[in-house]
Amino acid sequence: MSMQFGDFKALDNVTLRVKAGSFHALLGENGAGKSTLVKCIMGFQAPTQGGLLVGRREARIKDPVDAQKLGLGMVYQHFTLVPSLTGKENLVIARADAPHVIDWRAETARLEEFLARMPFQAPLDRPVTDLSAGEKQRLEILKQLYLGSRFLILDEPTSVLTPNEADEVLTHVRALCQEGGLSVLMITHKFREVDQFADHVSVLRRGKLAGSARVGELSNAELTRMMIGEEFTPQETQRTKTGTHVMLNLRAASAPDQSGLKTIKIEDLKVHAGEILGIAGVSGNGQKDLMEILTGQKKLSTGAIEVDGKPYCANREESQAAQIRFVPEEPLQNACAARMSVAENLGFRNFDRTRNGGWKLLANKADLQAQGMRLIEEFNIKTTSAHSPVGVLSGGNVQRTVLARELSGDVKVLVVANPCFGLDVASVTAIRSRLIAARNRGVAVLLISEDLDEILELSDRLMVMYEGKVAFEAQTRQTTSSEVGTYMAGG
Amino acid sequence: MTDTTTASFAPRHAYLALWLPRIEAVVIPLAALISGLLVFSLFLLALGKSPVEFYSLIYKAGFSSGFSWKNTLSRVAPLLFAALCVALPARLGLVVIGGEGAIVLGGLAAGITGAMLIGAPAGIAMLMMVLMSALVGALWIGGVGWMRVKRGVNETIASLLMAYIGIALLNHFVEGPFRDPASLNKPSTAQLPDALRVGDMPIGIEVHWGFGAGVVACILCWFILDKTTIGFAARITGQNIRAAQVQALPVGRLIIGFTAAGGALAALAGFFEVSAIHGAANGSLIAGYGYTGILISFLARHNPLAIIPVAILLAGFEASSGLIQRRMDLPDATILVLQGIVFVILLLSETLYGRLAIFRPSYWRV
Repeated sequence: MSMQFGDFKALDNVTLRVKAGSFHALLGENGAGKSTLVKCIMGFQAPTQGGLLVGRREARIKDPVDAQKLGLGMVYQHFTLVPSLTGKENLVIARADAPHVIDWRAETARLEEFLARMPFQAPLDRPVTDLSAGEKQRLEILKQLYLGSRFLILDEPTSVLTPNEADEVLTHVRALCQEGGLSVLMITHKFREVDQFADHVSVLRRGKLAGSARVGELSNAELTRMMIGEEFTPQETQRTKTGTHVMLNLRAASAPDQSGLKTIKIEDLKVHAGEILGIAGVSGNGQKDLMEILTGQKKLSTGAIEVDGKPYCANREESQAAQIRFVPEEPLQNACAARMSVAENLGFRNFDRTRNGGWKLLANKADLQAQGMRLIEEFNIKTTSAHSPVGVLSGGNVQRTVLARELSGDVKVLVVANPCFGLDVASVTAIRSRLIAARNRGVAVLLISEDLDEILELSDRLMVMYEGKVAFEAQTRQTTSSEVGTYMAGG
Repeated sequence: MTDTTTASFAPRHAYLALWLPRIEAVVIPLAALISGLLVFSLFLLALGKSPVEFYSLIYKAGFSSGFSWKNTLSRVAPLLFAALCVALPARLGLVVIGGEGAIVLGGLAAGITGAMLIGAPAGIAMLMMVLMSALVGALWIGGVGWMRVKRGVNETIASLLMAYIGIALLNHFVEGPFRDPASLNKPSTAQLPDALRVGDMPIGIEVHWGFGAGVVACILCWFILDKTTIGFAARITGQNIRAAQVQALPVGRLIIGFTAAGGALAALAGFFEVSAIHGAANGSLIAGYGYTGILISFLARHNPLAIIPVAILLAGFEASSGLIQRRMDLPDATILVLQGIVFVILLLSETLYGRLAIFRPSYWRV
């Protein structure tokens, strides 16, 4: 099966066999093509090449309804139950053939008979909002089984569960597989789940099948190597010596994460002048929260931020004075106004500043325009004019626009998140060399990235974030990608 | 992407990229207005009335003579202020539709303050009326902004519901604690002496100073939005609040400040209604100016300068409703039907921005 988006091969001739009654784990980094693969199976996307066999027969799946008819079901990373309805109501309305008038007595009888056959239960009479995450996840799985699914895709089913809930749910799923009648393909990042519950494992890397084996035949180190590829040897780029002066210091910091269920806890994070500190980690382990803490969008419950030795509390005056700059991920959504012009977007940082950095009242459009033209030239931003809305530029040029804005003038600290995500090779090279150049000028760079290769290539020192905490820290030269990869998977 | 290199901008392209959006912002609302008038014509035909007669009566009653211009312009002042109460928060991406509440409470504050200061030096009393009125309006709509910032309360619904509370408060105070015993048929606050009444501007037509003040307020707001860094910061916030937060712009203060300023301006509409027209605060303040202001601001694309002509046009519509009622035997709510149709079509037209090829620079490339 292949899937191509423009010039980008998201899936390159991947063949995957899931035996009847097996619990098959699918491993891979962010962007390895796992989601694309299951979306093609479920009919959300049509593959550019290749096909699907269900049983022994060629299956044509145009949309998720076809998939449901063939007995293919999927449990999504986030819940798809209606919170205000009870478990029973959720099960009934999910049916593709749900009648317009529902005979609740008959439905209840059918459900009870169905549940009696199941090895595990979920409360059916309470509204879903009152259920715990584990109960909801069991209900999601029951829903799929009730719909007649014989092949189930679980997309990181435990990311919203506590470890105990995760174990419980996966034990039940495994039991169902062993009884036969159900086959499971589970997307995961966690080796522990693969070891304990799955019987087969396949690894995707950069859209290709990197390997497939029975669980137990491969060690975690071998799996890591498959996921991450050959041992990465950083190219020697011209690097100046790292300074000793601490520019950014986050101490004893804690804050609730996005779901409000877990806590982000960072004991000690220091970035020195002329250093790139890389934060590696699988997406969703608190990197977004870290960015929001630093930009001031999220308040700390405890702890403090210091920039250049002075306490920092993220208002405009302080961020200008401290010369701290941010390049958040997905720059068009988080750092630009799509309908404003390139020149205006380039001016977001200093439109209200005089030459000496003080506040001014009157905006000067001619100055903004001139600055825009200068930066467009200097950073090689491809646009038809400085008046064009930034939203019509390509992703690489939007990112160049943001970097041009944040790297011009005097900079002490630069915080970047996934700067090259989804960009073409030329833009990636250009943007990475900008980051190295900034570092060599003495800027303290904090690079948060889900792309481990990027971290290994760019950073002087790296940390791994796992479940909101720093799980590992090392000098980049003194570690290996497999070591880092193991910590990323919680090993 | 294009083949144009960065180093050499085609000047023609820069020109198009600059002007096409501006032309688009005039053409689309104008087309929506005209379509609204056409749809309304169908409505009239269905009633067996002549659209031609209808529109010529609007022209006659609103714009044809010195007398009709006076009739129109005297209604413009509250519409200008009410529209600014929509336009200022709109720059931050907020839809505030409860200006009516600030208008009636501003008028009430002016009426009460004036009644309490009868006998004080007229200059001071008048200044206090303006200040109290603006203060009440600023707190009223600024409170909506405050709830938005601190509690995430939807500003549209909050401001609308608060307008009903404002109207109830007006009725309560003019019928209860501040009722002038002399006001028998229409409960009102005490009648203001002539010294506390705003007079006409010396421009040849009888139009009170509220019109001049409203025009000045529009120009001032345009200057702030278009020429100052505060206006630019507000635009960033309105276009993408996350980008504004990452730039550490004072998003909360901008929202509270802009809503408060909008409320203060709407309250001035109430002040002028009381001081220039009615002479006391009473139920006449509840005239729906706040709601017409919403339509005006949207038609003007929330541009304070464009608000001036649009407000004059809509004031002409309202000025003609009496004549239409008498001549065509239509209820005076007919004008409201017209406004409603125009507003719905206008909201639909919002989806056209950026979709019409003719407004893209690439369309004009040779």
